[in-house]
Amino acid sequence: MKKVLMGNFAASHGVRLSRAQVISAYPITPQTHVVEELSAMVARGDLEAKFIKVESEHSALACCIAASVMGARAFTATSSHGLLLMHELLHWAAGGRLPIVMVAVNRAIAPGWNIWNEQTDTLSQRDTGWIQLYCASNQEILDTVIQAFRLAESVKIPVMVIYDAFILSHTYEPVDIPEQDTIDGFLPPLDNPEALKVGEARAFGSVTNPDFHMEFRIKMHNSYRRAMEEFEQVDRDYAALTGRGYGIVEPYRCDDADLIMVAAGSLAGPVRMVVDDLREKGIKAGRVKLKMFRPFPAAQLKEALKPAKKILVLDRNLSPGTGGIFAHEIRSAMKDDSRPIWGFVAGLGGRDITPELIASMFFDALGAEAPVSNTIFKGVRL
Amino acid sequence: MLEIRFHGRGGQGAVVASKMLAVAFFKEGKGVQSFPTYGAERRGAPVAAFIRVDDKPVLYHHNIYTPTHVVVLDPSLMERVDVTQGLKKGGFVLVNTKLAPTDFPDLEGFEVHVVDASGIAVKHGLGSPENPIVNTAVLGAFAKASGLVGLPAVLEAVKEESPIKVKANLAAAEEAYNKVT
Repeated sequence: MKKVLMGNFAASHGVRLSRAQVISAYPITPQTHVVEELSAMVARGDLEAKFIKVESEHSALACCIAASVMGARAFTATSSHGLLLMHELLHWAAGGRLPIVMVAVNRAIAPGWNIWNEQTDTLSQRDTGWIQLYCASNQEILDTVIQAFRLAESVKIPVMVIYDAFILSHTYEPVDIPEQDTIDGFLPPLDNPEALKVGEARAFGSVTNPDFHMEFRIKMHNSYRRAMEEFEQVDRDYAALTGRGYGIVEPYRCDDADLIMVAAGSLAGPVRMVVDDLREKGIKAGRVKLKMFRPFPAAQLKEALKPAKKILVLDRNLSPGTGGIFAHEIRSAMKDDSRPIWGFVAGLGGRDITPELIASMFFDALGAEAPVSNTIFKGVRL
Repeated sequence: MLEIRFHGRGGQGAVVASKMLAVAFFKEGKGVQSFPTYGAERRGAPVAAFIRVDDKPVLYHHNIYTPTHVVVLDPSLMERVDVTQGLKKGGFVLVNTKLAPTDFPDLEGFEVHVVDASGIAVKHGLGSPENPIVNTAVLGAFAKASGLVGLPAVLEAVKEESPIKVKANLAAAEEAYNKVT
């Protein structure tokens, strides 16, 4: 059934169709709708789940961890400062190999107080061990939430489903809502043999001495590497059922492209439109949409970027003193590659990124042999 | 691509109106997108909401600066807000008012349509005379004045998206469709 849905409600429907059993969250703009709608679904009986209200995001994730340890399918949603308050428990959930799924809506971090879009919140959590999947449309949000549960439960790594504040969270778009039967065939009930059971003596999260700790971490590391292949399988299976798959990276008009721009999240669509405009002007532009950021798909990116003479990265985030975080990771992955990489930073704190601004980035790269600096800020008054 | 801007006051239903109109266009097979401006939304403060409509899925995600058409839910806003800012040539302004198009000299140069959506809403028991809920009436008027979307699609959207008083909302939309000038 196709409906015109807000991005946040698309997420709620994804969680409902995934039959999450425990939901715990604390409200924060721009995420609040996600769990508000879920609590209404639980109250109406559309979703058989325990909805646990808590006094902070730290407690929300603690609830999900406890539920997941007991073998329940657990979900939470947050944003910005809420995500940062969870930081300690993000490590706990990943270290505990708990298949929790979270929606994280990208919002800027204070000060100055700003509720609008920026990706620095989730990107600053890149080393916690969570898989990160960025979404470009409301349809992709719904689909990715469902895919995320199967991925998390298969590799025993928690997954963050990430999308842009307001630009998607509060924007209405047509969304196809799959039937419950379809999703039940894709995502069976969670059966975690390692879950704690009442009446059975087991321990979780006990002391690990130096003679064990490192092996735990290496196992995590290896599963994390495997998550990429597993996502490809999950994505293929989902596409077979619904006709929609997204890929870890999605190239657009890249085959003969001289300039390729890499963009993640809701920027993927606008960049695609700009690529079409530039093609009409005879400029061989292409775009690579980056869906998965953790684990980092270096091989897939390199493959997609092969035709390019010049590479452009569009970051709506900033690691102060370093620059755009996607650009930094891509440069690191391409360290043996001599092609120039332009790192553009724009749209921080919700500043609008217009098609004209995106086009100006392509023109910057078109008119130069190499970037003037590692980080180029666009759409600013300086 | 069509880009339409709604002007209203917080609590008046501009956001719901923009969403319902997106649903109506969607019913006719269009690609649609609807979004509000966010930030200082308070009851009574000026707010704006937007929709994009195209023959294919809408992939753009930037703000709308040069709307094709404008809808004004509350004419008292026009003392403070330039509702024609960026309005494209050939675009129209639809105003909820008892007045005639000629009573708006500031809108000279643009096609102006008027409908007493507040009166129609109150007549059908939607809100109060002080705080009428005008969005469904305004959409009915929009269908007729614009010729861009059919009344059946608007009524279908109103039916689906009205949380309460479905019959009254349908009647208001239909009456406004017949009365807009």
